Amino acid sequence: MSKTVVVGISDLNVVGPPDVLVTYALGSCVGICLYDPAVKVAGLSHIMLPSSDLSGASAGPPMRYADTGIAMLVSRMEAQGASRLRMKAKIAGGAQMFAVISNSAISNIGQRNVTAVKAVLQRLRIPIIADDTGADFGRSVFFDADTGSMRVKSAAKGEWTL
Amino acid sequence: MALRKYEDLNDIHLDVLREIGNIGSGNAATSLSGMLEHPVYITVPKISILDYAQVTQDLGGPETMIVGLLLQLGGDVTGMMMFLLHQGFAHMTLNALLGEDIQSFQEIDEMGYSAIKEVANIMAASYVNAISSMTGLTIQITPPDMTIDMLGSILSVPAIYYANISDKIIFIEDEFGSEDTKAPSHILMIPEVDSLGKIMTNLGIDFSE
Repeated sequence: MSKTVVVGISDLNVVGPPDVLVTYALGSCVGICLYDPAVKVAGLSHIMLPSSDLSGASAGPPMRYADTGIAMLVSRMEAQGASRLRMKAKIAGGAQMFAVISNSAISNIGQRNVTAVKAVLQRLRIPIIADDTGADFGRSVFFDADTGSMRVKSAAKGEWTL
Repeated sequence: MALRKYEDLNDIHLDVLREIGNIGSGNAATSLSGMLEHPVYITVPKISILDYAQVTQDLGGPETMIVGLLLQLGGDVTGMMMFLLHQGFAHMTLNALLGEDIQSFQEIDEMGYSAIKEVANIMAASYVNAISSMTGLTIQITPPDMTIDMLGSILSVPAIYYANISDKIIFIEDEFGSEDTKAPSHILMIPEVDSLGKIMTNLGIDFSE
């Protein structure tokens, strides 16, 4: 029986087949799906902000940020037998839900999250093989540990698999 | 110790916010009633300090479809204000303003968007005017931007904005309605903490501990 494991905002989790990871309603947040096809270990991280550095002393939990969250996800997957060298990434989210926010610290936060996620993955040498980021709508993401496929569901535009 | 997080608000502060919410929502209902040209009742608003996960659950879960409108506050009070309107509210407004019988969100056209934005704009203005006249603070609002999408993705915007201050927000739940329609709506007031301090100070409330 396949189990669906929900990953909340600022959270991450790792499963193997036949389970499915899901994170609901990504807005400007980014969902990062990592997969090692050789051992079928799947991980999903739902980050809110680009970097823990920007937050200084008031930094929240490490799962909240692209830099610390992705690093933590990789080590959790390695603990379950995955190898970073074999990992592939699929990412989704990073939308700009409202245009009104201008000249503030979070203008275009979706785009900045995506940029940060890509930089972290590049530093870890994990290739991005599917990218469904940007635009102005929310996305739910379902990540299948058996196949490594990422299904994206949107309210207005239906759903598709990457 | 100065107040840094919404969680640090005490019972007196909460009562003050509740009263502000009451007066603000009352004003908003009056202007709504004027626009729709029929009486609009309003339930006593429930005010709570909640975390985002709780708000998301209370409103039906992350994938609930909802109308979200976001305005920025400027002047003496900075922060954001967000309206979350259920389908019933959109129907009530559009039916009254445009004479359209809207059955689903997909049917809302550009004219409908403009109408809802205008309603939110006027409600927000009357809401902040209430705070202004009580406190003597100047508050400006930007015109609202609107989207219809999943609740979770809409709420992520203020959640991200205030992630480093607090996981909690001031949540005001109103129910507007007329004789035949119930139209639940929610207003999130998200002032910066120092703006909250100004509001309290100008009302003569001790905000230093």
